[in-house]
Amino acid sequence: MSEAPLLAVPLLSVTGLGKRFGGFIALDNIELTVGTGERLGLIGPNGSGKSTLVNCLCGTLHNETGSVRFDGQKLDGLVTHQRTRLGLARSFQLPRPFHTLSLVDNLRVPLTFTVNARPGHRLSAAQTDARCHELLHQVGLADKARRLPRDLTQVEMRKLELARAVATQPRLLFADEAMAGLSPAEVEEIIAVLLRLNEEGITIVLIEHIMRAVMSFSTRLIVLVAGHKIADGLPQEVMANPEVERAYLGE
Amino acid sequence: MRNGSFWIAAAGFGIAFVALSRVLFTNEYYFFAAYVVLQYIVLSTAWNILGGYTGYINFGTGAFFAIGAYSSAVLHKMPALTEAWFGIATPPIPLPVMILIGGIVSGVLGLGTGYLTLRLRGVFFAIATLALTVVVQTLIVNWDYVGGSRGIYIIRPADAPLGGGYIQYLYTLMLVLAVISVGIARTIERSRLGLGFAAIRDDELAAEAGGVPTLRLKLIATTLSGALMGMAGAPLPYYVTYLDPTSSFNLAYAVNSVAMPVIGGMTSWVGPVIGAILLGTIQQLGSVGFFLDLNIPPTFNLLIVGLLLILFVIIAPNGIVGLVTAHRRKRAGALAAVAARRAA
Repeated sequence: MSEAPLLAVPLLSVTGLGKRFGGFIALDNIELTVGTGERLGLIGPNGSGKSTLVNCLCGTLHNETGSVRFDGQKLDGLVTHQRTRLGLARSFQLPRPFHTLSLVDNLRVPLTFTVNARPGHRLSAAQTDARCHELLHQVGLADKARRLPRDLTQVEMRKLELARAVATQPRLLFADEAMAGLSPAEVEEIIAVLLRLNEEGITIVLIEHIMRAVMSFSTRLIVLVAGHKIADGLPQEVMANPEVERAYLGE
Repeated sequence: MRNGSFWIAAAGFGIAFVALSRVLFTNEYYFFAAYVVLQYIVLSTAWNILGGYTGYINFGTGAFFAIGAYSSAVLHKMPALTEAWFGIATPPIPLPVMILIGGIVSGVLGLGTGYLTLRLRGVFFAIATLALTVVVQTLIVNWDYVGGSRGIYIIRPADAPLGGGYIQYLYTLMLVLAVISVGIARTIERSRLGLGFAAIRDDELAAEAGGVPTLRLKLIATTLSGALMGMAGAPLPYYVTYLDPTSSFNLAYAVNSVAMPVIGGMTSWVGPVIGAILLGTIQQLGSVGFFLDLNIPPTFNLLIVGLLLILFVIIAPNGIVGLVTAHRRKRAGALAAVAARRAA
């Protein structure tokens, strides 16, 4: 997989992206590309702009400058649901389930509004139902299909969050701190799920603080510090970079 | 029950109800009272499409309702107007057509309001709808053609189209409207649209990330909700025969159409119906002095609504429907536990 960038055109390319909140520059001139099939780790201290970057790429926030291309198509000006339909999915840092809907119906939302909204992909009601259960089965929540999100444990909630993002049949998935606050065994579980998704052909950008998880998962690392990209390369090389060390450990 | 069979059952119920009421309602007053209860079924069901399904609280029911009523008042004066302008009096417009037009006008108002205000969340949206009532009322008060603040007298046509008195005709039309709105609400609840509405209510950001076109869906909700409210208001001029801004923009419409779904239960189509029948009936009985043989002013009705509303918000925030489903779930859980113990 590390030789993935066989294609000349990257799946996602970001040029000159900038975002400010009032006088605060959250992201400054970010340049990056993501190749098809990659497992990219995006790291950086708290407040370095990781989630803001994801929000800009997914259309939740509007970047003032710069341009984003996905699969050769310009995303600028598109709202979130349009980007989702093009194949860009995300999980939220804090799980945001639809709390009055059962787990099956939680997954029925993206299937109905994304997968069935794409031309030529319409599933029948029975197929949609089957797909919901299949997705729940994949993350080990099949026996809770009729339950409400409030009946789930923290790790199950994260799995539901991932399943709901995967239900959109994305080509690129942003996993925003999918493992924060989980035990080491639970972290392994989530990594296993993400690795399997990647093998199935989904390009994944992992935003994470748990370095062990990042190092074992990523084929490439990008480091953000105070809205600037300071490193981009193979994980071992990036971690040996003195600038990264300084950002994390101080002088 | 499938959607088709529900519509047939609802229509059957409506016809049976009309037939039965012609036999049972020995006094015209019953038609007057039933009309108001039915009108509240339409209003609270319409309110719930936006407030209950998508979670946007609308305090502007009075505006949409009055726009429907005033559009009928304008249409009522149409024959006189064409005679004055062109010398030919056009035939009077039938009430069902007025209801349709009132619905369209209020629907457009709903769409416009939605477009301007749906970027606001939560309490800010509610405040904007409250302001809408004030704006629309000010416009009507200053519009002389429909009587301004003096109000306007509407003379009912001499004959009622369905036999019986004119009030029976109004009552039948309102019953049809109630059946249609409840049918629409239930159809939405079980459709793709209803799923999208529920996702918006639970978490708008997550809904959008899941591909739900939230703005478009919310506009559908405001338009539909506004249109149904306007349709409920359209026959009002013929019901009261004297239409004025103070009574047609009455606070009672806004308060009741919020209180009824809250008391009945907001997540299902049954809730607003139960709430409207319960509160509507209590208010009708109250206004004829059924409970206490005292001379209670009609404003006392709103006090009852307020007290019930507070009671329900504290004790049963999911309304009567919520109480029933919680009870059922508890029983199902207990039964499952017993079965598990037996098996073990």
